[in-house]
Amino acid sequence: MIKAILIFNNHGKPRLSKFYEHYTEDTEQQIIRETFHLVSKRDENICNFLEGGLLIGGSDNKLIYRHYATLYFVFCVDSSESELGILDLIQVFVETLDKCFENVCELDLIFHVDKVHNILAEMVMGGMVLETNMSEIITQVEAQVLFSSDSVSAVKSIILWNIKYLLNPD
Amino acid sequence: MREIMVRAMYCEMLGYDASFTYIHAIKLAQQGGLLEKRVGYLAVSLFLNEGHELLLLLVNTVLKDLQSTNLIEACMALTVVAQVFPKDMIPAVLPLVEDKLSHPKEIIRRKAVLALYKFYLIAPNQVQHIHAKFRKALCDKDPGVMTSSLHIYLQLIRSPDSYKDMTGSFVTILKQVVGGKLPLDFNYHSVPAPWLQIQLLRILSLLGKEDQSTSELMYEVLDESLRRAEMNHNITYAILYECVKAVYTIHPKAELLEKAARCIGNFVLSPKINLKYLGLKALTYVVQHDAKLALQHQMTIIECLDHSDFTIKRETLELLFRITNAQNVTVIVEKMLDFLRICNDEHTIIHLVGKVADYVPIKTLTFAPDNSWFIQTMNDVFSIGGDLLQQDVPNNFLRLLAEGSESKEEDDQLRLYAVDSYLTVLKGHTSHLPQCFLQVMSWVLGEYAHLQESVDQREVIRLLTQLLDQRSVSSETRVWILSALTKISEGQTDLILDLAESLSSSQDTVLRQQAQELRHLSQDSHKTSSKPLCKNVDSSLSFLDGFVSEALAAGAAPYKPPHQRQEELCEDRALNLEPYGFSLPVSLSSCSITDRQSPTLLSVSSGLSGNSTELSQKAGSSTLILEGVKRVWGKDGYLPQKEATAPPVDEPSAAVQPPSQQEAAERIEPRPDPSTQNQDKQQLASSLFVGLGVGSSMSLLGKSEAPPLRFRKKPRPHESSSSSSGTSERSSDSSSRSSRNTTDSFLYSSLLEEEPAASISAFDHTPKSTTANGLAQNKDTKEDRRANTSQILGGDMVIVRPSTIQDKHPPSVSSDLTALLPADLKDLPHSDVISLTSDPSLSLSSCRLFRDEALLPLVVTTEEYGKLWLSLSHDVKQNLKLLTDAGDPLRTTLNALKDALQLHVVDIIGSEGIVACRLLSGAPCLLHCRVNGTALAMWLRSPHPALPDCILYHCQRALAHH
Repeated sequence: MIKAILIFNNHGKPRLSKFYEHYTEDTEQQIIRETFHLVSKRDENICNFLEGGLLIGGSDNKLIYRHYATLYFVFCVDSSESELGILDLIQVFVETLDKCFENVCELDLIFHVDKVHNILAEMVMGGMVLETNMSEIITQVEAQVLFSSDSVSAVKSIILWNIKYLLNPD
Repeated sequence: MREIMVRAMYCEMLGYDASFTYIHAIKLAQQGGLLEKRVGYLAVSLFLNEGHELLLLLVNTVLKDLQSTNLIEACMALTVVAQVFPKDMIPAVLPLVEDKLSHPKEIIRRKAVLALYKFYLIAPNQVQHIHAKFRKALCDKDPGVMTSSLHIYLQLIRSPDSYKDMTGSFVTILKQVVGGKLPLDFNYHSVPAPWLQIQLLRILSLLGKEDQSTSELMYEVLDESLRRAEMNHNITYAILYECVKAVYTIHPKAELLEKAARCIGNFVLSPKINLKYLGLKALTYVVQHDAKLALQHQMTIIECLDHSDFTIKRETLELLFRITNAQNVTVIVEKMLDFLRICNDEHTIIHLVGKVADYVPIKTLTFAPDNSWFIQTMNDVFSIGGDLLQQDVPNNFLRLLAEGSESKEEDDQLRLYAVDSYLTVLKGHTSHLPQCFLQVMSWVLGEYAHLQESVDQREVIRLLTQLLDQRSVSSETRVWILSALTKISEGQTDLILDLAESLSSSQDTVLRQQAQELRHLSQDSHKTSSKPLCKNVDSSLSFLDGFVSEALAAGAAPYKPPHQRQEELCEDRALNLEPYGFSLPVSLSSCSITDRQSPTLLSVSSGLSGNSTELSQKAGSSTLILEGVKRVWGKDGYLPQKEATAPPVDEPSAAVQPPSQQEAAERIEPRPDPSTQNQDKQQLASSLFVGLGVGSSMSLLGKSEAPPLRFRKKPRPHESSSSSSGTSERSSDSSSRSSRNTTDSFLYSSLLEEEPAASISAFDHTPKSTTANGLAQNKDTKEDRRANTSQILGGDMVIVRPSTIQDKHPPSVSSDLTALLPADLKDLPHSDVISLTSDPSLSLSSCRLFRDEALLPLVVTTEEYGKLWLSLSHDVKQNLKLLTDAGDPLRTTLNALKDALQLHVVDIIGSEGIVACRLLSGAPCLLHCRVNGTALAMWLRSPHPALPDCILYHCQRALAHH
C-alpha cells in the first residue's frame, strides 16, 4: 500500500503531505526533511526509485518520485505496489491537477490545499489506489465543487496570508 | 471557520502545532453545511490518527452521514472511515458500510469495498462474514468496483489454498481486460486498465505458485499479456515486469520462460534507467530459478556496478549477493565492502553490513576460502558497520570462535589468527574504532590471548589497559575490557593491582565493582583457575544419551542435521524457490534461532559481573559452555555432531589444500601486482573448473527454459568437446578483457565461473560440486537422469596451472595434472587430459570424470512389491500420456518405458500395472500405473525423496519421444 504522499518544492518546503500511517508530528516533519534530502541530491537522469528510507519503516519500503519544474512528487510505498505503476500514477495525479487547475503551478497547491487533498482522496483512499481513470476523478471532484460556489472568498483570504509567507519563507 | 481550518491544515503541514483546531474540525464536520463538512472531514483525516480520543466525537456524525441520501456526504463519510477509524469503532459502522456494497451508485460501492478492505487489514475477524460479498463485488458490473475488490483478494490470496477455485474467474477477467473489452475510459496511453492488469497478474502468480494445475490455466493469458504489452510506454513495461515475475513464480513452462527471459533482457539492456532498475530486480528474482540468465547479462551487471546511481548499485549488489558461491565470494564481499565505505546512508549500511556479516561466516563454512580472509573481512565489517550493527552480529562471530569444531587444532589456528590480527589493530590508532569492535577484540583477547605464546601477556594487558584510559571508550566497553583483563590477569599481580586501584575510584559502579573483584582475585590467585574449570563440563551432554536412546526406541525420529534435512527438502521441491545457493537459507535460519539466545548470554557475561562476585570472572567461559549446551540440543533434538554451524574451523582444511577445488580458469589473469597476488595464484594452482563449460556454452536463451529441477534436457555426448571450446573461448575472452580493466574482468570472470557451478548446486548435487564441501553423503541420485540416457555422468574438469606454478614445478606432463585432481575424485575413471591452451602464462587442460549412477531393473515378485510399497515414504502422483497406437495401451506404454528406462515390469493386472527399478546405489523406486481414460495415472514411491520426480520426468520424456 501507499504509506505517504509528499509534495515539496525545490527548496524542500512542503506543499502537500498526506500520511496513510500514523506518525507523530515530529516524525512527519523529519520524514519530509529526510525525503527531500534524499531526493534532491539525485540527478535528473538517474532512476526514480529510492530504496529504504530509514524513517518510513525500513527496507520493505521505497520512495518513488517525479520531479516537475519546481515540485517533487514523492510516493512512499511498500513492496506490494508496482514501481512503474506508481510512477504513472504520479503522472495521472499531476495531469488531473493540471486539468482541474488549468495549468497547475506551485501556487495552486498553496492556495488550494483542500482541493488538492480532495483530488487525492478520489485517487487514493486509505493507502489504496481507488481510481486511476482521470476523467472519472475529475467528474467526482467537479461534482463536489458544484456545491462550493463560495469557495472564492476563502481563497482570497488565504492568498493574502500566503503572499506574506511567500515573501518571507523562512 | 472554513478558511481558518484550511489555514490550520497548512500550518500543520509546515510542522507547526495546530492541535487547538482539532475540536473545531470535528465541530465543522458535525454541524456545517456540505462545504463546511467537507473541509471538516478533510481536516479530521489530516489531523487525527487512529488512536486519537477526539475521534469518539465523530462516530455519530459519520453514522448519520453514512445513512444520508446525499451521495457526497456518504462518500466523505466512507473516506474518513477508511482513513482514521480504529479497531474498536469498526463494529459501529460495519453494518452501514456493508449495506453500501449494494448501493446503486458505483462510486459508493467502490469506496465501501475499500473501506471494508481497510477493516480487514485492521481487524480481519470482524469482516469474516462478508467474504461472500467480496465475491459479489468481484463480479460487479462496474470495472471500478471490481478493481477495488482486487485489493482485498490480493491480500486474501497470500494464503492461497481456499481461493484456488477462483483462478478461472481471475483468468477470465484478465483475458477480457487484455482483450480490450473494457470501456475506452479505462485506457491509459491506449493500454487497457494497466493497474488492473498489474493486480491481476500478481494475484495469478500467487495462485499459481507451486501448483501445476492452477498454473496451467493461466499460461494462455500470460502469453497473451506478454504478447500484447509490446508498446513502448512505461506502463506497458510495468505490466511486462509483473508478467515476467508471474511466469517465474508459477509452475514453469518452457515457452513462457523463454519469452520472459527475453523480456528481462530488454529491461536490462534498456537505456532507460528505470527499466534497467526493474531489469536488475527481475534478474535478482530470477537467478534463483535460472542462474544462466545472469551470465548473459554479466557485462551489463558490471557496468551497473559502477553506475553513478546509488539505487542501481545497490540493486546490483543485491543481485551479486544472490549469486555468490565458493569462487566469487571473496570478490563479491570485497565489492560490498567497497560500496559500504563510500555509502553514507545509515539504513543502507545497516542493511548491507548485516547481510555481509550474516553471510561471511556462512560462506566461510560452506566454501571456506581461508582463515585470514575470514578474520580480515569480519574486521572490516566491524570497523565499517561500527555501532550500527545489530547486536547479534558480533555475538554470532564470537560464538563461531568460541564453539569451534571437532578439531581443536584448527580452532586454535583460527583463534590464534584472530588474536594476532587484533593485537596488530590495537597497536595502531584505536580511537576511531567502533565500540562493538573493541568489545569483540577484548573478548577474543581475554579468551584466547594465552594461545599466542610469542606475545607476552603483559603486552596484551598493557594494550587493553591503554584502551581503558581512552576517553572515547564507552563504559560498557570498559566492562568488556575489564572482564578480558580479569581472564588473563593470572600471575600478573603487580600490573593488575595498579589497574584495580585506579579504577576503584571510578564513577561507574559496575566498573568499580569489577575492579574490586579483580583485586581480590589477583591477591588470591588460585580462584582464577577458570580455564580448567570449563573443561570439566560435559559439553557433549553424554548424560542425556540414555534419554535419547529411549526416545529413539520409543519411535522418535532420529535426529538429522539441519543441512541434511534441508537437502531432502530441496530435492523434494519441484521448484527451488530458496535464494541462490540452497544450503544457505538453512544455515541462516538455524543460526538465527540459536542467535536469539546468544546476545543475552553474552551480555550476561558483563551483566553478571555487576551483582555477583565469584561468578563474574568466570562469566565469559561459562557463557561458552552454555552455548555449547544449546548447540548440542538443536531445535529438533539431540545433535550428535556439531554440524549445523560447522564452525569456521573447517576453513583450514581448505586452506591447507588451497585449490579450494573450484577456482575458475579465468581467474588466472595477468594481474598488476604479482607479489600480492602470488598467494592467490598459488591457491588457484590446481584449481578445477567443474563441468561448467557446458553450462555456460549452452546458456543461450533457448536453454534458459530448463526449469531448475529438471536440469538438462538432453544427454550430451559431445560434452567434452563443447566444454573445452566453451572454456577456452571464455578464458581468452576474459583475458582480453582483463587487460582493459582488471577489477572488472576479475568480477567478470568470477561471474563466468560461478555461473555454471551455481547451476549445478542449484540443480542437482553433483559429485563435483560437492567435493569441495565434502558432502559425501550426498546421494547424487539425480544423476541417474542423465545416467540412463548416456549411462555415464559427464563431469568436465579443467585443470589450470598458472605459469608461476609451472616455474616451480618441473614441466607438467598430463599424468601430473591428474594428480592435481582432488583426492576424492582421483579414484574415478577419467579421460585423457586434453590441453586447451598453451599460452606461456597459462596452461589449461581438461579431462572428464565419470561417475556411474544408473537405473537398473529391480526384480521382485508381486508380494515383495506389495510389502516394499508399504514401506516406502516418498510418493508422487502424476498423469502421463498413454500410448494408444497399439492394441493394449497399458502394455505398450509400459514396454516403451521398460525399453527406455530399464524398468522391470512386475505384473500387469487388468488396467493396472506395477513396475520396479532401483538405482545402482540401491535405492528402489516402485511405480504403480493405472489406465485412467486416455491418461496413465502414475504413482511412484521411493525411499529417496527426489527419485520419483526424476523418474517421472524421464518417463514423460520417454513417452513424448516415443
